[in-house]
Amino acid sequence: MKPSFHRTSAAALLVLATAACGTASGQARPAAAPPAPPAGANVPAPPAAGANGPQRRYTEADVRFMQGMIAHHAQAVVMTRLVPTHTERADIRLVAQRIDLSQQDEMAMMRRWLQDRGEPVPAADAAHAHHAGMDHAAAGHGSMPGMLTAEELARLEAARGAEFDRLFLQYMIRHHEGALTMVEQLLASPGAGQEPELFGFVSDVDADQRAEIARMQGLLAALPPAATPR
Amino acid sequence: MRSQTNVRRTASLAGALLLAAGLASHAAAQGSATDPRVGLRGGWRDAGEAIRNLELVSHRDRPAGWFNAENAGDFGFANADMAFSGTLAFQGGFNGFQIWDVSNPSNPRLRSSLACPGGQGDVSVHRNLLFVSVEETRGRVDCAGTGVADSVSADRFRGVRIFDISNVDQPRQIATVQTCRGSHTHTLLVDPRDQANVYIYVAGTSPVRPASELAGCSGRSPSEDPNTSYFRIEVIRVPLAAPQQAAVVSAPRVFANRETGNVAGLWAGGQHGPGTQNTATTNQCHDITVYPEIGLAAGACAGNGILLDIRDPANPVRIDEVSDPNFAYWHSATFNNDGTKVLFSDEWGGGTQARCRATDPVLWGADALFTLTDRKMRLAGYYKLPAAQTASENCVAHNGSLIPVPGRDIMAQAWYQGGISVFDFSNPARPVEIAFFDRGPLNERLMLGGFWSAYWYNGYIYGSEIGRGLDIFRLTPSAHLSQNEIDAANLVRMESFNPQMQTKLKWPAHFVVAKAYVDQLVRGNALAPTQLTRISRDLARAERLRAGSARRAALTNLAASLDRDAARSADPAKVRLLSGTLRELASARR
Repeated sequence: MKPSFHRTSAAALLVLATAACGTASGQARPAAAPPAPPAGANVPAPPAAGANGPQRRYTEADVRFMQGMIAHHAQAVVMTRLVPTHTERADIRLVAQRIDLSQQDEMAMMRRWLQDRGEPVPAADAAHAHHAGMDHAAAGHGSMPGMLTAEELARLEAARGAEFDRLFLQYMIRHHEGALTMVEQLLASPGAGQEPELFGFVSDVDADQRAEIARMQGLLAALPPAATPR
Repeated sequence: MRSQTNVRRTASLAGALLLAAGLASHAAAQGSATDPRVGLRGGWRDAGEAIRNLELVSHRDRPAGWFNAENAGDFGFANADMAFSGTLAFQGGFNGFQIWDVSNPSNPRLRSSLACPGGQGDVSVHRNLLFVSVEETRGRVDCAGTGVADSVSADRFRGVRIFDISNVDQPRQIATVQTCRGSHTHTLLVDPRDQANVYIYVAGTSPVRPASELAGCSGRSPSEDPNTSYFRIEVIRVPLAAPQQAAVVSAPRVFANRETGNVAGLWAGGQHGPGTQNTATTNQCHDITVYPEIGLAAGACAGNGILLDIRDPANPVRIDEVSDPNFAYWHSATFNNDGTKVLFSDEWGGGTQARCRATDPVLWGADALFTLTDRKMRLAGYYKLPAAQTASENCVAHNGSLIPVPGRDIMAQAWYQGGISVFDFSNPARPVEIAFFDRGPLNERLMLGGFWSAYWYNGYIYGSEIGRGLDIFRLTPSAHLSQNEIDAANLVRMESFNPQMQTKLKWPAHFVVAKAYVDQLVRGNALAPTQLTRISRDLARAERLRAGSARRAALTNLAASLDRDAARSADPAKVRLLSGTLRELASARR
């Protein structure tokens, strides 16, 4: 059974969000961990319970990263959804299809990660993000790296054919580079990015977005020159 | 494992393309609704089990302190890969490692354990040295479980730890070799011509750390920085006289374009055409399997399978590469014993996703089998777990090793929650399953679990279960595998075993080896039934004779007649293997 986002009521989400913000960062789970063994200590068999000492599990920066990345990914999906009606190019359709699928799957993973930890989960649909009671968690993500402004999104929506191809690739490359910047910023936050599942996810985002950027740069370089400089 | 989340939902076309090309896997045809693996009851410690042609001789849950009681799938406590030495089995994991005394495989005892978090905890062992991979940013030089508070810190450890296990009850960390991307996996390489050192090939797959934390690290793309830490592997040299001086001695650009020198010379990432799999970029190796006696390594490197000449261990040279439109992520490799075939596994979905559902293409998330002739690889077939798994079970091809049945290529392989599958790939175009073990889902919700690895070691198959502990199996005879073949496999004894370093399996001169070959000739109808009956009878007679000239003569005569029969046989090579074994027996002292 693939975990999916449950449409918790807005009120409940607000309660969760408020509760989360009232919690100190670096909370350890499971809680009540016994004292750490001496550094590098060997634990002879059978090991006493608590062979692992207190484990830093995740921080507030991790939660913000996951919440922000869901919104970030959602915008990529909005962009890819334009592709079938805005271009005839099979290679751009392929790359868009790929981005669409991977971003949706990653969003599902991020929602589950947040949900498992009782953290506020942003709305499933980016278009509704500002109306679904998640403004609290989503606040401050308006300036996330690589995100398109409303004007840029409108410009992309209005473009067709060669103009769309160029804009789509330029915007999506910037958008993906923004995701890499978010990963960099996460890893530069004290204590963040250290929860094992999140770390694995961040490794994948880093690898996948780099691959897609390289692929899109190749496509962009191969596009026919723009008819009119813009 | 790679906790990838990507999915392709429109998957059937690629399968159709390959079917049309005549490369269809027979896996789909083997599976059926009556397979006992279908419909097993779920549960952490009480799941339903299905077993065929194997016997589960022992099981041990993860010990106290090595799991999160609230979450069976907690990555932080996942069991991972294994290595073996003498009567010890080393089970690595995200939280450290456990050392099992398996002198009696029916009663494994936890000898010691060391909590030292950092994932994935890939392990290798060489004499008194234990090597452990660390990739996560929570890893600490001092092994503490507190994580690292600062974003740049000398306390952080990502790379390969070296422990002195002279006292197994008190492993002592004696060296830490830091690397830019950490160590997702590593491979021990003992060069037959270098007695003074061993080598470690490091595969890092995570983001590059800043140069402020480790000098020289660069996370930029190769076009921005020719010294990027992507697009390479690292080689650590470990001086055996002073292992604390272990250090990175080279960072080979094994993906470079041979003509231009562009370090990003292999698969750039993306699909191979409409309906094909999306394959990862080759900017890393996931795992490398070395086979020092043939001077080769097979690298499973995200977007490609590559072949390396490793005769100069610090400077491996790429000599061939393959790609595959069905592969998402080239994950691991296994040579057959003769070095004439190489199997690569595809970790589609990164190991955390359900990829063995009835709706998943049989050529995706499978093994691809290549022949290896004149140092060139050619695709011959695929193998995928033939029993459909539920959407609650992460399942895809994962780690395995050869089972030393003489005259056949047989392997045990882990498929996460798909269980363990033992199969024959002697004919790489038509691999056949021989045995299996499977449990129902860990949880009705998809969570990380199942078998990380399944390795044969000195008569037993050891399964490292991510969420459930350790399982040890013995093969049982069937139409696919005779008791003689099992007994012949059990003759092969290794002093130690690191599954990513293959050593030539050799069988002592023993009648059961000859009988195993006879069983194979019978199974394959390789000679006329009357001939086979005569051969069996003559062999049994020779065995009843006391060692001496009469037995020697009987064996030599039988060998000579087999050589004459070989030309008319459907399997002349096997007949010659048998006659060769008989001659060895004839010249054996007793």
